[in-house]
Amino acid sequence: MRFLFGLTVILALLLGASVSAQTEPPVTDSVADSVEVPAIPPPAPVTDLKALDTDDDHGHSVTLTWTKSVDAQTGQNTVNGHQIFRWYPAMMDSLAGVDSLKNMRQDIQRAQSANSVFRRALGVAEDALEDLTSGGRGFDALRFTVATPQDDSTFVLDRAFVEQALRDTVATMTTHLPLLPDSIKGLQASFEAAIERLTEAHQAYPEGGSWNLVGLAAKGDTSFVNSGNKDPMSGDFIKDFTDLYYRVDVVTIDETIRTESAIVGPVQSEGQWFNGGRFPVFWAVIIFGFLTMYFVSRARKGDDLYVRPLAGIEAVDDAIGRATEMGRPILYVLGLGTAADVATIASFTVLGRVAKQVAEYQTELIVPTYDPIVMSVAQEVVKSSYLDAGRPDDYKENTVFFVTNLQFAYVAAVNGIMLRELPATNIYMGKFFAESLLLAETGALAGSIQIAGTDEIAQIPFFIVACDYTLIGEELYAASAYLGREPILLGSLKAQDWAKAAVIVLGIVGLVAANLEWGFAKTFLEYFHVTN
Amino acid sequence: MKRQIPLLITFFVGTLLIISVFVPPLGDLERDFTLFFDIIAVFAFFLGGGNLLRIHLMKLANRRKDWGFSAVTVSGFLFMLAIGLFKVGNPGGIAEAVDAEGSWFKVMFDNVINPLQSTMYSLLAFFVASASYRAFRAKNREATMLLIAAFIILLGRTPLGVMLTGWIPEWMSVAQIPNLAVWIMNSPNLAGQRAIMIGISLGVIATSLRLILGVERSYLGGDSD
Repeated sequence: MRFLFGLTVILALLLGASVSAQTEPPVTDSVADSVEVPAIPPPAPVTDLKALDTDDDHGHSVTLTWTKSVDAQTGQNTVNGHQIFRWYPAMMDSLAGVDSLKNMRQDIQRAQSANSVFRRALGVAEDALEDLTSGGRGFDALRFTVATPQDDSTFVLDRAFVEQALRDTVATMTTHLPLLPDSIKGLQASFEAAIERLTEAHQAYPEGGSWNLVGLAAKGDTSFVNSGNKDPMSGDFIKDFTDLYYRVDVVTIDETIRTESAIVGPVQSEGQWFNGGRFPVFWAVIIFGFLTMYFVSRARKGDDLYVRPLAGIEAVDDAIGRATEMGRPILYVLGLGTAADVATIASFTVLGRVAKQVAEYQTELIVPTYDPIVMSVAQEVVKSSYLDAGRPDDYKENTVFFVTNLQFAYVAAVNGIMLRELPATNIYMGKFFAESLLLAETGALAGSIQIAGTDEIAQIPFFIVACDYTLIGEELYAASAYLGREPILLGSLKAQDWAKAAVIVLGIVGLVAANLEWGFAKTFLEYFHVTN
Repeated sequence: MKRQIPLLITFFVGTLLIISVFVPPLGDLERDFTLFFDIIAVFAFFLGGGNLLRIHLMKLANRRKDWGFSAVTVSGFLFMLAIGLFKVGNPGGIAEAVDAEGSWFKVMFDNVINPLQSTMYSLLAFFVASASYRAFRAKNREATMLLIAAFIILLGRTPLGVMLTGWIPEWMSVAQIPNLAVWIMNSPNLAGQRAIMIGISLGVIATSLRLILGVERSYLGGDSD
């Protein structure tokens, strides 16, 4: 009984409390108005603002440094971040009207895009007109119907009207099409002239320009690099040797409450004579160069340098022997690279060695090429090899020949050669793209022994799958040295191996240092940081 | 002398371009030298065309094996050359661009060359299938690993992969097949690729140094002086 009484009292109390909560009058506006929300006081500005050309770069960049506001992380602690502003002369920003650089850039891009759209549209109109006049497509199939403005009903245009409209459209477009490239050229010329005037325009400071936000910095930051682009067509172009003015605003959580710094300027960006940001690369090249020269000199002195065997390269001799025994030719494909590609140059060396052996064994060699310059160099290489082998008379002019410089037409031609000539050995060395698998699979179907080497990472798996031996990545470059067994070339190969070992060691040290957050890790990583 | 001058040019240009990487005022040199290469390449096209004609005309004249293919090649070459040079069927006449709409050159390109090229490219699908079949046979440990990795990635890129392992709770989401596929691509695969890339870069530098220092001379047509 006492329990029931107690329960009733508790329920009554709870009910009463909820009713009173529901019926409690809302806080009136007058009460809310009377509560004072503390206004954020404007923070103290940053001080000692300095703007200097960024050191060790290629120009187009300015570095700002400042002393933090006393209210950043200390004092009133109201600073939420920094906003960096740069003064733009009137011609640079879009507010200044049609002559602004931004508008001009947009005009050029729009004109270029309009040109291509216009060309496509003209093609469509011409096709439609031709279809209509030649009867290629029925008039009804063209479905020219329009909604009348008065009601939703539609009326069908008659054939004569449509034909005349198409003729007018094609005629007008054909007349105006040549004008578009001219207008683009005109726009580009005025844009370049405006860029020329940019330095002068900046000297008008502070007349007529405006302040533009160019970046943000965190509240604890005391520096900012305004790194621009050297391409005038990009939006963040900064012209070297031009007076620039900056200011840094400290902002609170309410961005309307802010304090501007004193304005700093003029400052000019310029490229240095030496780009110190690339020091790590510079030292790497110097060290690697010395390593190469050291091992080359050791090799010249007659030191026996061990180089690990490459199965793919050792198979070349066997493959040539096989072709000789079978009385079938060897197909050598230099890939789609040009004579300027290092992979193609490495391939020339391998071709030279192969051609020399082919000449000695008096086997047939077929070298279809994709690029005329590659063809010319390959002809010289093969001819020299025959000369070196003491068989200049065996060299045939049609050993190396030009096929085409269309990718898949080249594939069709080479695949045809494979299936007709049934070469005993196919060697693919150089730059390969989508055709790699098409060639290698056809070669496999033809029953040839296949050796491939490329530095195109995406194609390596295809060659591994379809070829008997594959030189992966740098093995292609090692192949030339390895095949020749010449001490000088082996010396450079040895330097390459040492450099690789150094990269592995440094990589592991960097990985461990960065993950364990050792004290020297930051400094260590900084040594290898290429800034630009 | 025939060798010394090209070697000297290679040394000079190579050294200059290495310096230009570190000296910003010389930064545009690479672009300029590339332009020189393009200019030379234009002339080389005459060499290519001439070689093609000579090889195939000789084959035709001597009625060598498969001379029929040479007949097709030569006639196709001459036909395209003629309609391109004389701008046959070009609506704007000789002053218009060679690939103007309606020109025979454009018509042939769009209706013959392009479809033929697309046909060759589409063969890749069948070759990928046959190559995959050969690669994914679990003959040894490496091939088995390849098979498993490929299976996970193939499954991870399809809705079936999501369906099969979608029930795995969030805290074990790494075991979901699509996530496994992403992990394989971003971790072991990328690590392997980067290792190869480092090797390739060192190989390129070593070969370039050999060329600049005149140690490697094969591009001059042999090693003998």
